[in-house]
Amino acid sequence: MDQNARSEPDPRSPAKRLKDVEVSVPIVYGTISFWLGKKATETQSHKWTVYVRGATNADLGAVVKRVVFQLHPSFNNPVRAVESPPFELSECGWGEFEIAITLYFHADACDKPLTLFHHLKLYSEDEPGTQSIKKPVVVESYDEIVFPDPSENFFARVKNHPAILSYVSAPLGLHSGRIEEVNEAKEEETKDHPLSQWFKNFSEGDELSKLAAARQQVQGHIVKLRNQLSSMNGQLESVVIECD
Amino acid sequence: MDAKDILGIPKTTPSLPHEKKSRPPKDSQRKPDGISREVYALTGGLAPLMPSIDVNQLKKKTQAENEKITWQWLPFTSSARKDNLQLYHWVRVVNGVPPTGDYSFAKYNKSIDVIKYTDEEYEKFLEDPAWTREETDQLFDLSARFDLRFVVIADKLPYSRTVEELKNRYYSVSRAILIARAASPADVSGHPLVKEPYNLAQETERKRALSMILSQSKHQERRDAEVYAEAKKIMEARMAAKAAQDSELIPISTGGAGDAERDNVNVDDESPSNPQFLSAPPISIAETASASASLRKLRVYLRTYGFEQMVQAASSSAGLRTIKRVEQILQDLGVNMKPKVPTKTVCEEHLELRKEILTLLNLQKQFQYKEAEGSSYREGSYPETPGTPKSFQRILDQDRTFIPDSTCFGAEFSGEHIVKRDQKRKAPGRPTDASSSPANKRPRKLKNTDE
Repeated sequence: MDQNARSEPDPRSPAKRLKDVEVSVPIVYGTISFWLGKKATETQSHKWTVYVRGATNADLGAVVKRVVFQLHPSFNNPVRAVESPPFELSECGWGEFEIAITLYFHADACDKPLTLFHHLKLYSEDEPGTQSIKKPVVVESYDEIVFPDPSENFFARVKNHPAILSYVSAPLGLHSGRIEEVNEAKEEETKDHPLSQWFKNFSEGDELSKLAAARQQVQGHIVKLRNQLSSMNGQLESVVIECD
Repeated sequence: MDAKDILGIPKTTPSLPHEKKSRPPKDSQRKPDGISREVYALTGGLAPLMPSIDVNQLKKKTQAENEKITWQWLPFTSSARKDNLQLYHWVRVVNGVPPTGDYSFAKYNKSIDVIKYTDEEYEKFLEDPAWTREETDQLFDLSARFDLRFVVIADKLPYSRTVEELKNRYYSVSRAILIARAASPADVSGHPLVKEPYNLAQETERKRALSMILSQSKHQERRDAEVYAEAKKIMEARMAAKAAQDSELIPISTGGAGDAERDNVNVDDESPSNPQFLSAPPISIAETASASASLRKLRVYLRTYGFEQMVQAASSSAGLRTIKRVEQILQDLGVNMKPKVPTKTVCEEHLELRKEILTLLNLQKQFQYKEAEGSSYREGSYPETPGTPKSFQRILDQDRTFIPDSTCFGAEFSGEHIVKRDQKRKAPGRPTDASSSPANKRPRKLKNTDE
């Protein structure tokens, strides 16, 4: 009797989760800070924006319901919630501190929030003392939100989303394959964001090629060592025979 | 408090009935006068829930002296004794009337009903090749006398039988008689003797095992404990490896490690360091399996977080020094410790790279051991201790220098090569590929000349 109940989808029980699928949402989060120049005051010397965006500037609203930015307690209402994309917050201030960014997802994606931390940087490293109104200080970090066991509904919803990657693992488990290709082309990105010119490109190709080269080197050395070991063993055996 | 803990009574006494609840707070202030304060404090300052001794009774005087109590030395009889021995004891006499009734301890004189069989019953059911009629009779007689204390009976009997044999004979006889005398089999099937007959072989074995364990020396005990611990570890590793079969990451690593293992096995079958090598990857495979299993349990996680977990799991089997060397090598190769763009593929590649570096380091260690072995077979005049390589380049340099050193037999070569080794050490910036081929050619030449 229990088995029958389990096979039928119970409307109240959680939706079926797909075990072989992994949904991965590449995001970039960070801060951009502009020096205010002549208009700067003691307490408000910089205008900065903290944001979370999709890696290719695509819309995160499909996955993320709201984002809560926790600022320094010296701000009024340090807990700021942003209910709709673009998930960003602008403020004026003078100090650097750590911002806690909590992502709340839609119910079918995940009921638990995820928190990231980012240090707000106002002053650039390379030219201490000289600040320019035109050039902001940009610090971005790339990361991916991984949903290891997505629910069926969620997966159906985001399968064809341009910004969201889905991976399926083959039953015998070779390298997992992507279901949808992400549009890497820059022409597709939404250009209407005022700050988009400062956004960094995060491309994995660079790292991949470096990693591949490194692996090749290491593998080459492994092979060489193995050969040496085998030849050594051959020698050892012959010596042992001689001694005996 | 301690007493309460032992009794398992909840400290806050939530389930007390109402009237008792009012008592503890009252009593704690009053400090009853029956017992001393210290003794009372032993209970934790609160009165016990169920006072075992009624406090009011403790120092009460005895009952009013309506009766005269004397103690007299009187004779008594006991129904437990068959003879007419007259014994005396002190008796509490109340108003001149001695107490009546049997001796109070007579009721403890219990004996066992040993079965008595007739001759024909014996001939019909109880014939046994190992037991003569006299022996069986003696056995039963002694059983009755000694209340089935088989150890004593075994001692008493003239012929040597083990306790188990006696028991076996006794129980089988009783069983046979029981079944024979029963009106129908159903009547006695409930009797424990019928249901579970005495099993001689099992009992002997059991007692032998017990005595073995009892007589185990401390040394043996420790060894047993170690074996158990190892077996447990192996079991856990197997369980983790089983869990790994569901995860998607593991098949990649088993693919890589599996190839490595196979190659190694083909190359040298009798290498003692083989088990060393083989044991390291399985342990880290188990670790990574459990790490990825725990990651999948999370509903959502960041790629960087997951990556860190996997790195930790993979390097869990390696010591701190090895980890530092891995990181050094990564730096030399120009790879970031943490990928700047941690996509899924990048993270996987990075983990694979780390595993391969671990493999490489392992191989080098093996190589060094082999080197030490090899040189010990020679005159042992070339101590081959290279020290910790400070950079990847130096590691590669060492690969090259070992071969020429191992094949040289004469002292003249050693001087030459040691010099060359130092020279190579001092020139760190050399590209590896350019010089590796001439270096490889050199050892081959040496080998040819020597052979």
